[in-house]
Amino acid sequence: MLRYLTRRLALTIPVLLGVATLVFALIHLIPGDPAQAMLGEEASEEDVQALRVRLGLDQPLLQQYGGFLRGAVRGDLGRSLRTDEPVTQAILDRLPATLELAAAAMIVSIGVALPLGIIAAVGRGTFVDHAATTLALTGVSIPNFWLGPLLALVFAVELGWLPVSGRGTVGHLILPAISLGAALAAILARMTRASLLEELREPYVQAARARGVSRTRAVLRHAFRNSLIPVVTLIGLQFGAVLTGAVITETIFAWPGIGRLLIQSIGFRDYPLVQGCILFIAVTYVGMNLLTDLVYGVLDPRIRYE
Amino acid sequence: MSKVGAAIVLVTVVAAVFGPWLSPFDPAAQELALRLEGPTGAHWFGLDELGRDIFARVLSGARISLLVGIVVVSVSSVIGILLGSIAGYFGGRVDEAISRVVDILLAFPGLLLAIALVAVLGPSLTNVVLALSVIGWVGYARLVRGQVLRSRELEFVQAARALGASTPRILLRHVIPTTLPAVTVQATLGMGGAILAEAALSFLGLGVQPPTPSWGTMLNYGRGHLLDAPHLTVFPGMAIAILVLGFNFLGDGLRDALDPATKGRAG
Repeated sequence: MLRYLTRRLALTIPVLLGVATLVFALIHLIPGDPAQAMLGEEASEEDVQALRVRLGLDQPLLQQYGGFLRGAVRGDLGRSLRTDEPVTQAILDRLPATLELAAAAMIVSIGVALPLGIIAAVGRGTFVDHAATTLALTGVSIPNFWLGPLLALVFAVELGWLPVSGRGTVGHLILPAISLGAALAAILARMTRASLLEELREPYVQAARARGVSRTRAVLRHAFRNSLIPVVTLIGLQFGAVLTGAVITETIFAWPGIGRLLIQSIGFRDYPLVQGCILFIAVTYVGMNLLTDLVYGVLDPRIRYE
Repeated sequence: MSKVGAAIVLVTVVAAVFGPWLSPFDPAAQELALRLEGPTGAHWFGLDELGRDIFARVLSGARISLLVGIVVVSVSSVIGILLGSIAGYFGGRVDEAISRVVDILLAFPGLLLAIALVAVLGPSLTNVVLALSVIGWVGYARLVRGQVLRSRELEFVQAARALGASTPRILLRHVIPTTLPAVTVQATLGMGGAILAEAALSFLGLGVQPPTPSWGTMLNYGRGHLLDAPHLTVFPGMAIAILVLGFNFLGDGLRDALDPATKGRAG
């Protein structure tokens, strides 16, 4: 077990280094002079030069890279060009909002997906199964940037039940959480169904059925628990999709999280902040995947990293 | 389901190719007096903020969506098949190097890297295709590598090697063809994915720029008129959802047809 943990952790280090390198390289992918691009065409040569110095763009590339990595390890990602606020602070300020939205979206999707997946598996091949499967596939196909405005249109504008945008009350959270969680719910429902059907073929379930246990009982009492392992893993792995989806959902509902910060910073060409947001989201995602793998290793003793 | 998917895709292709003949209106023509007018007998989907016919623009947007899907899937699958088969066939350091790059790119969730690339390269159709291809090939490389690891041990591949066939010939004639069924399924689902991603980037203002009618861009502009003209949001969004659903149905059906083991299991 310890060997598995160590190997899995060791594999994460080159990935993190690669992620940091790519994020560092971003600023050098800007066509032309990055400092000029950030300040615009009208900026004076003195201002552009001052920005170059401030961002360290006047230094040799390797030195810039070393500085970026050292800063990233210490949690120093530079300062916002627009507000002069430390990038790390700006991200941490928005973190609670994003976590709140992501958690709510996950709760919504798990709450919808598990019953839907179970119903589909129990009634395999029946109308209920086809309906649940079609609903799930539709959920994957509906873009959250369409679902969000539609939900707002019906429940906020027409019915007036919920606020259109912003953050504050539980009411503010409902529409963004549904719009962000719908796709995940669809994916989880498909996985729950597939995993349950797989489990139902296992000898211990067959034995229970042979003893006269009903199909529904066999599903709920015997197969369901074991079928949860791949579902839990998928929830962990889908966390990244939720974070990316949050970029769009936060933009639609004016939700003051990291995703909206990223899109706003792109609009302002505030590249240190853009780099910071991208690095933060990617590192969180890598961490979440690592955690998922470790939990998976603990849940299923058959799995050991070779 | 796959027949429904195929029908949706076919209808969209027809709409994209024959769009200009299917609607009497020019997608760029403005009737400012009628701006934001809802659906009528003449303008089926209504008019947008500049008085342009939304039906004509949705038809025209199908071209952009399909174009992005086809180019991104072609570029990503060719690069992915090439690098994936090289990694799987040769193993060792080559495999190690390619797999590390794949790991790093997969460390960025979904669209995030595409958003980052377009943010620095600038918003345009070309940069969207470029960004989506940069993240797109990874999935194919992973898939093909796994398939090649298995197929390189197959008897006919060993026989070709024993007969002295050159490595490129073995790869192109014997190994890569065994991966094509799986690649076809992934490419079909990838069409839906690329179309959705382009629309998402355009919705965020990072994709296709106006006045080119892209479904994502239309949704982005519709957002400002959600209260007074919801039809700006309803129709382009419906087009995206239906086309993506079509490719997903088709991909699912193909998977069942090409790999009977997954039938009824993958859902």
